[in-house]
Amino acid sequence: MAKVKGAIVVDSEICKGCEVCIPVCPEDVIRMTPQVNRKGYHYAYMENPEACTGCTNCGIVCPDRAISVYRVKVS
Amino acid sequence: MELLDIIKPENQVFCKTEAMTDTCLSYCPGCGHGTAHNLAMEVIAEMGIIQDTIGVAPVGCSVLAYDFMNIDMTQAAHGRAPAVATAISRLWPEKYVFTYQGDGDLAAIGTAETIHACNRGENIVIIFINNGIYGMTGGQMAPTTLKGMKSSTSPFGRQEELTGAPLKMTELVANLPGVYYATRQAVHTHKHARKAKKALKKAFENTRLHKGISFVEIVSNCNSGWKMTPIESNIWMEENMFAYYPLGDIKVNGKLK
Repeated sequence: MAKVKGAIVVDSEICKGCEVCIPVCPEDVIRMTPQVNRKGYHYAYMENPEACTGCTNCGIVCPDRAISVYRVKVS
Repeated sequence: MELLDIIKPENQVFCKTEAMTDTCLSYCPGCGHGTAHNLAMEVIAEMGIIQDTIGVAPVGCSVLAYDFMNIDMTQAAHGRAPAVATAISRLWPEKYVFTYQGDGDLAAIGTAETIHACNRGENIVIIFINNGIYGMTGGQMAPTTLKGMKSSTSPFGRQEELTGAPLKMTELVANLPGVYYATRQAVHTHKHARKAKKALKKAFENTRLHKGISFVEIVSNCNSGWKMTPIESNIWMEENMFAYYPLGDIKVNGKLK
């Protein structure tokens, strides 16, 4: 079975740090940065990027669509 | 495999849809409005009807929907979105017309317009965001506010003997003959959001087939109005809102479930 590796890219200026993406991630990849963006919000980032499968759960619940998801098959 | 090997345009599986503008959404962090906007626009983009869709924005938090949705939009007086949508739909029967309304707009001041548009069976989609409160004006009590729920105009909780029971709009309009599809969804988790997207797709498909009103209620949070964090408000919504507003289809293909 082909293994899948994923990655997310968070637009740090659009993210409002609502953390809705954190509980829906099955691999517990996402955390909030200690830094804040220009609006004063903490923004999401990949804490353990190797676990991401690119399932798009975080993207579909993101109200601001700050998350782009990438996925690739690795044999 | 390095991250940069994954993050390439050809590997992209999810991004913001072209049917949304680049304008940053004005909603509070974690608000369901943003997800509902994006899901509706993703459906429109996937159906290839961006050029043929006309939206009607309400009064409320989502009054600026015309800034965010990259389609033809207009904005109606408070509660009158179904009446405006009726006119647009009758003048352009081949267009996909939808209204996007909150509970203060649709269930309070616009009750008459909503019920009569539903009774006439206009060929439009009504997207109804129910968060049980007037969000934009400062968290006042709405017709959909739950029993005992605190708001700025019911600081000791809503009392049924004084203000009546919370209004179940979707069940109400589902009984009208003009309504072809009535459903209640949520968007706070990936499962709910995917189901809501399917419901929205079905609603716009009904418009394509000229079947009549498709009424999609989305139970949402209002973390600022409820005075909670987004995560807390989603949990509160699951425990309290879903108990009174159960999710699921209420009327499918013109038949009550």
